[in-house]
Amino acid sequence: MKHYVNKNTMTWTLFAAVVFALIEGLILADILDSYYQVTLITICINIILALSLNLIIGYSGQFSLGHAGFMAIGAYCAALTLAKLPNLMGLLLGILIGIVISGIIALIIAIPTLRLRGDYLAIATLGFSEVIRIAILNMDVTGGAAGLSNIPKITTFPVIYIFILITLIVIVNFARSSHGRACASVREDEIASESMGVNTTKYKTLAFVIGAALASVGGALYAAYFYVINPGTFGFQKSIDILVIVVFGGMGSLTGSIVAAIILGFITLALQSFAELRMILYAVAIIVIMIYRPSGLFGNKELNITKLFKKKERKEAK
Amino acid sequence: MALLSIKNLTKNFGGLCANSNISMEIDDGELVGLIGPNGAGKTTLFNMLTGVYEPSEGTIDFVRDGKEVRLNGKKPYVVTALGLARTFQNIRLFQNLSVIDNVKIAMNKDVKCGVVASILRFPMFFKEEERIEKEALELLDILHLADKKDELACNLPYGEQRRLEIARALATRPKLLFLDEPAAGMNPQETAELTQLIRRIKDEFHISVLLIEHDMSLVMNLCERIYVLDYGKCIASGTPAEIQTNKRVIEAYLGEEV
Repeated sequence: MKHYVNKNTMTWTLFAAVVFALIEGLILADILDSYYQVTLITICINIILALSLNLIIGYSGQFSLGHAGFMAIGAYCAALTLAKLPNLMGLLLGILIGIVISGIIALIIAIPTLRLRGDYLAIATLGFSEVIRIAILNMDVTGGAAGLSNIPKITTFPVIYIFILITLIVIVNFARSSHGRACASVREDEIASESMGVNTTKYKTLAFVIGAALASVGGALYAAYFYVINPGTFGFQKSIDILVIVVFGGMGSLTGSIVAAIILGFITLALQSFAELRMILYAVAIIVIMIYRPSGLFGNKELNITKLFKKKERKEAK
Repeated sequence: MALLSIKNLTKNFGGLCANSNISMEIDDGELVGLIGPNGAGKTTLFNMLTGVYEPSEGTIDFVRDGKEVRLNGKKPYVVTALGLARTFQNIRLFQNLSVIDNVKIAMNKDVKCGVVASILRFPMFFKEEERIEKEALELLDILHLADKKDELACNLPYGEQRRLEIARALATRPKLLFLDEPAAGMNPQETAELTQLIRRIKDEFHISVLLIEHDMSLVMNLCERIYVLDYGKCIASGTPAEIQTNKRVIEAYLGEEV
């Protein structure tokens, strides 16, 4: 039992519960009206996408630019399932189907592309995500360029919050196991890693498949909130947006990805009123941040809640 | 039957012949040296034996549990799983990981807990982690690195990085250990300590060692047999005393007599 119930897990559970109660309270009190809720849900979806991309880029060091493709698979699977079964069960079923399909496609993509390194891998994954987008664009069942509309709105804050927690638990537990260490060793030095008995191809593929499956969850939740999806939503730009969050938060830092998604969400919100200038200001903000924090907000370190509390206790004791 | 037998091993890089027709045998529990001037092809031979390069010609056979296994064309991680481990001439640690994680990664191949069981944190996961932690600490203890276990590998001083490389190689539970210039850049006192350490490791872990080294005091002190390479060819083999008086070896190192 001591492995499951200890000070660390208790602190995190408490922290997660407090954050949830706070935001849900604000929603119920109507302080966060529907306008702000869109921003909130967007941030939440970006958190899931950034966390899953961080597993691929930050932990196993494989530079993938194809995340929007897997998000699209998840979104379309959920939308099509919800058309038949418009309730929470439908969403869960859609998510499950999305995970399976994107996992299989990630596996097929991984076998030829993960032999490549660095820039070559980035271009190859970018190409594959475009293939997915164009395939969706030309299929009848997906509604072509018009996409799918009238998707029932099932995603609520509690639902998405639970999925963020699940994503976090999966990634943290994976990263802090012998398999996660093997992935990190591939990132650090592939030749040494293979010489120490690590099957590098297996671990690169594994991280890629898990990351892709979690990205499809983000896509499914997106479809079940915004009523409409079309292939244009899941273009190259989307992959870059997620990459920006990961790099900004610090590659290999999960808490960094979460904080970055929140900050960038707020910047977007604050810039809403500037219309055309918005994209320029957004870009300038990112450039400034990257000049002052070149390895991202947190580098590869994690924000540790337990330690934060301890520091406070020590200060109070003084 | 020798633990490792190499027959007529040749490696060509385009027109360059890095190793030609090398034959060699290493017995159980033997400490064998491999010397030669710079560029003689020692590291190329190591890379072939550990699966990094595929030999152009010739065979590599390794005895595992009484059965002979052909190593030609096997991937490095398969070769390591069979019981051959190595260190690198230019240190290749996992720089941004802690000392103990470096050792734990080398134990990864024997972990019985699957991916799903790890993510869902089955009780088996904690049992395996405890076992790995304990074994890794024991190894670090033997190599006098236990008190540095949580430091990042890149923050260790040079000599300790070399020792960590050895610890990491031992963590794969090898039958045969390849050391690529373990004493490079060490002062005489550190070299003497390393000599003791290698001898101790060999006896404690019951392994054979193949050692590339330029430091002759280390090689002559430690090795039971020595092979000498020059220009990709094996020019001599024998006990340290025989090698020291061998005319061809002296020529390779010092040039011909005028």
